[in-house]
Amino acid sequence: MKTVIEAEEISRNFGKVKALDNVTFSVNEGEIFGFIGPDGAGKTTLFRIVTTLLLPDSGTMKVLGFDSIKDFRELRKHIGYMPGRFSLYPDLSVEENLNFYATVFGTTVNENYSLIEAIYKHLEPFRKRLARDLSGGMKQKLALSCALIHRPRLLVLDEPTTGVDAVSRVEFWEILQGMKEHNITVLVSTPYMDEAMRCNRVALIQQGQILTIDTPDNIKSGFRGKLFKIKAPGKFKLINAVRDHHNTLSAYPFGDSVHATFFNDTVPEDFVNYLTMKGIENVQITESEAHIEDRFLELMNI
Amino acid sequence: MKRFLGFVKKEFIHIFRDYRTLIILFGIPAVQILVFGFVVSTDIKDAGVAILDLSRDETTQKLTDKILSSGFFRKTGELLNYNDIDRIFKKGNTKAVIIFEKDLGSRLFREGTASVNIIADGSEPNVATLVSNYISAIISDFNREMNKTLLSSSPVVQPEVRMYFNPSLKSHFMFVPGVITLIMILICALMTSVTITREKEFGTMEVLLVSPLKPSQIILGKVAPYFLLSFINIITILILSWFVFGLPVRGSLILLLLETMLYIMMSLTLGILISTVSKTMQQAIFISAIGMMLPTILLSGFIFPIENMPKVYDYFSSILPPRYFIVIIKNIMIKGTGLQYVWKETLIIALMTLIFMALSIKKFSLRLQQ
Repeated sequence: MKTVIEAEEISRNFGKVKALDNVTFSVNEGEIFGFIGPDGAGKTTLFRIVTTLLLPDSGTMKVLGFDSIKDFRELRKHIGYMPGRFSLYPDLSVEENLNFYATVFGTTVNENYSLIEAIYKHLEPFRKRLARDLSGGMKQKLALSCALIHRPRLLVLDEPTTGVDAVSRVEFWEILQGMKEHNITVLVSTPYMDEAMRCNRVALIQQGQILTIDTPDNIKSGFRGKLFKIKAPGKFKLINAVRDHHNTLSAYPFGDSVHATFFNDTVPEDFVNYLTMKGIENVQITESEAHIEDRFLELMNI
Repeated sequence: MKRFLGFVKKEFIHIFRDYRTLIILFGIPAVQILVFGFVVSTDIKDAGVAILDLSRDETTQKLTDKILSSGFFRKTGELLNYNDIDRIFKKGNTKAVIIFEKDLGSRLFREGTASVNIIADGSEPNVATLVSNYISAIISDFNREMNKTLLSSSPVVQPEVRMYFNPSLKSHFMFVPGVITLIMILICALMTSVTITREKEFGTMEVLLVSPLKPSQIILGKVAPYFLLSFINIITILILSWFVFGLPVRGSLILLLLETMLYIMMSLTLGILISTVSKTMQQAIFISAIGMMLPTILLSGFIFPIENMPKVYDYFSSILPPRYFIVIIKNIMIKGTGLQYVWKETLIIALMTLIFMALSIKKFSLRLQQ
């Protein structure tokens, strides 16, 4: 299998802030590689280095066989980039945006229409509408069409689904999954854990450091302890009470419940009584399967 | 080339779809020319004068008629005594009081000399000077006529002043070239710097940078539409000032247009330079509007002569491109001179353009700055 991105010990500082600290990873051809991490973890900086927009302070980066520092001109022809920010011209119509990006990348919409057809057909009825009047999901679909119009070999998407409704997010990921057929490698970042499950491999990143890189399933099963799901009315009170117990290893909110791990992987004997004493009643405790998020939080706490 | 044209086309769509840009581009220059031309006039027209005629004879009557019929003055009142002077000045619409001494006519015939007293409102020094000069001129003109008819008095040396290039000292001659100079640098620098920083703010710059477009293509693509529109603008201004103020272009029109193109080019490259140092549209607007406008108005010789400034300001103004363009445009439009008189200034502006261009291509980074 060919390697599309090979990054070795990439570091980048902004003043005193270490945005990236010795980041090493590689991406294989045709896979969807996800970067998962909270805001400010260094995802955008990393993507800008991949797309030749920023220079690393140290380390080497080879993208599609090109050196991302020396051969950036040649490399830029083969990258489709969708920045985290809205990257369309709001005063241009859907059609005009697409045509503009096609011309700038030296191609035409017709030439590569087959590639974007699946996405663009949703936009077709609105092609005369100005980009600023599109809904969030539509905007992202248009931005994706624009990033794909020159048939890039690598697609770099920085938080493409932030601020997009749930239905559009699902649609968007289905489109990304289809990229493999066209032999396009996808590098994507997201703050949503559920989207991580849709990647072939994910890297968990925090404060400029990669915590782990693996398939989503392996990451999940890497969860060491036993996880318990605790449910009770008044989540805030509950979480504080759980955290205060001397046998608790970790406790954090998850959806409408609290995920917790305990010393010896068992719920302490007097735990329900302890909670009742703290004024929390109707407690349900069940053992639960770990999600990728749980593993992430576990790694973060190391 | 196709890429470049696609880029230019996109710029035109931006311009024509945003009516505010169009207003700034075409509305403001026209309005400024008209406002500066009409309102900021240093010519006297219908200035209020009051007459205190203590003599009331044929001569003073003639003199009064002559002054009032000149078109420069309008009578605001007939005063009866000296006490009225203070009162009428305080009313505000009188710029000067002309006092004819007692028995002016008979004295003039008997002794050959008589005096007229002009009291001007010194709270407006410029107007006061102008008004008193105009009145003195009219009176000396009157003297000459008297001398001719009487043939009695001794010959005197009479200075005959003629204002070369601008015989009637119309202030449009000063303002129109000045306003062209001011507007062009403001609009060109403002527009280009705003349009480039806008791409930065919208995040589209990131995509453009990743695209195979070269920086020079991005810069030229930004400049080309504004170059064309500014040129149309200049022609509109020239036509406007010809029809409204009767301002001629005495020199070669082609030379003037070529010089203007050079100046537009300089302003546009300056705008690009501004955009490379500013991160947001607001910054760009601030630098180009405030940073350019005041120095241009005050220090370029547009209104206040550079010769009268302290040396420090003189040196400072020598880095301002408008200073040189004002010389060029005044020479060509009003004096009708050719390139041989303005080549130095032309060269300086051309050099500045090259410097700005080199700096901005160098500073316009291929990557994102942090």
